Amino acid sequence: MNASLPIADRGARQLSSSAKFGSTVPVADRKRHSALVRVTHWTITVAFLALLVSGGEIVLSHPRFYWGETGNVNMRPWLNLHLPSSRDTVPTGYGYVLPDQNGWSRYLHFQAAWLAVGTGLLYVLFGFFAGHFRRNLFPAASDLSIKELGRSLVRHLRFERPGAEEAWSYNVLQRLTYLLVIFVMFPLMIWTGLAMSFGFTSEFPLAVRLLGGQQTARSLHFLVTIFLVLFLLIHVLMVFVSGFRNRMRAMISGTVITGRATRPTE
Amino acid sequence: MNNISRRKFIAAGLAVAAGASGITVAAKIVQHHGLIPPDAGGLYGPGETLTYAAQRLLGRHSMAREFSRSEISENPFANEVDQLGDEFKQLQAASFVDWRVTVDGMAARPASFSLAEIRSFPTSTQITMIGCEEGWTYIAEWTGVPLSYILDRVGALPQVRYVVYRSIQPDWWESIDMADALHPQTLLAHRMNGNELPVPFGGPVRVRVPRQLGYKNVKYINRLTLTDNLKPFGKGLGGASPDGGYAWYAGI
Repeated sequence: MNASLPIADRGARQLSSSAKFGSTVPVADRKRHSALVRVTHWTITVAFLALLVSGGEIVLSHPRFYWGETGNVNMRPWLNLHLPSSRDTVPTGYGYVLPDQNGWSRYLHFQAAWLAVGTGLLYVLFGFFAGHFRRNLFPAASDLSIKELGRSLVRHLRFERPGAEEAWSYNVLQRLTYLLVIFVMFPLMIWTGLAMSFGFTSEFPLAVRLLGGQQTARSLHFLVTIFLVLFLLIHVLMVFVSGFRNRMRAMISGTVITGRATRPTE
Repeated sequence: MNNISRRKFIAAGLAVAAGASGITVAAKIVQHHGLIPPDAGGLYGPGETLTYAAQRLLGRHSMAREFSRSEISENPFANEVDQLGDEFKQLQAASFVDWRVTVDGMAARPASFSLAEIRSFPTSTQITMIGCEEGWTYIAEWTGVPLSYILDRVGALPQVRYVVYRSIQPDWWESIDMADALHPQTLLAHRMNGNELPVPFGGPVRVRVPRQLGYKNVKYINRLTLTDNLKPFGKGLGGASPDGGYAWYAGI
């Protein structure tokens, strides 16, 4: 059965184990994402949104960014967001001051950060030891040629609805993007965040010196946020392009409706 | 109940019991080492406790980064303070000669020091960064008497766990644990960049605790209270900031 489908390992095993229930259903649902991937995905989603909202709120108390160690309203920022501020000490050009929300924002930011880091560690351990990275994320060497990458890029730019086989596997651009987010952007986010903590940099001064200073850390923290928000937008857009119902089902219940296989009976 | 579900039931029961006793043991250890901040209750208590405990376990004695003279900010930002009261203005008009810092609470020899006495005490100088929770920073050279010297001088009792410090400005007070109170970089600062500490920056005396954010560096200090319990102060959360919804521990 299902020999035509590229990934016959996990799904098939899952399928035959469910076969003992012996029901005959016209449409088979097959395992796509493991429970750990699904739980960590949605936990990280909640934590990320909490971090984003609270982080944005904190930025409003000083919507200006600097390079180096020091930066304040007496200094010239490299980036001024030109947003209204929750502090009347910031010259914004707006005639009003937003309410101060930094108390709960900071509490929430760090609590959500703990949740994100804990969940992320669990996911990465699982990814390495349970073979998730090897099986699902590390691209095949043959996919890494310029030609293959170019082909995948063109398909994305045309918003082509992926073929049925992609319901079971990530394409090469998707794999590289996820790897970039997991192994570069998230660690950079944690690093630049910790580099702003006086308690942490007292213990590990190199954490901030290597980055080039406290304000550089803050600027990078913001830039990585922009990257991750763009990633989130494209990620969600791609879920819509490739079939919202099936992709959401795959990440919630873990199963995908193929419409091609029937659940075998014994 | 068949065998498998009974076995599962027993295993689950054991797991719950082990988990519960594990949590109890962990809570005891955490309590013993003073890893619970006064604002550990409430919605954000878990995150706050994790942060405080993690940073205290990382190291109580680490030193805030010090900078070279060339890195001192040319344009430090004083931040705004509430309208200074009449009492402050009268003291300021007399060049603060009558400014006093009272030390009370759990001390063998409670005392009240004049500004002249504070200035005559041994000093420590540091070039450190002050960073506001809003995100801005500047670097300055601070000189003052280490808080540990004051605690020694008044004979702080061994059971003291927190130092509560208050501004002459109404409802402006904070507290720190002994890891910070006894830390060599924690000062009652009275000089900045080689001059007397300017009033906008907290003169005549402010707390300088460079391992924590700006809001723990209270300006216009006139009273210290040594205590083993923060409950009787304000809402019991350890400072005006936590009373106003900010974290008590500001090392992050």
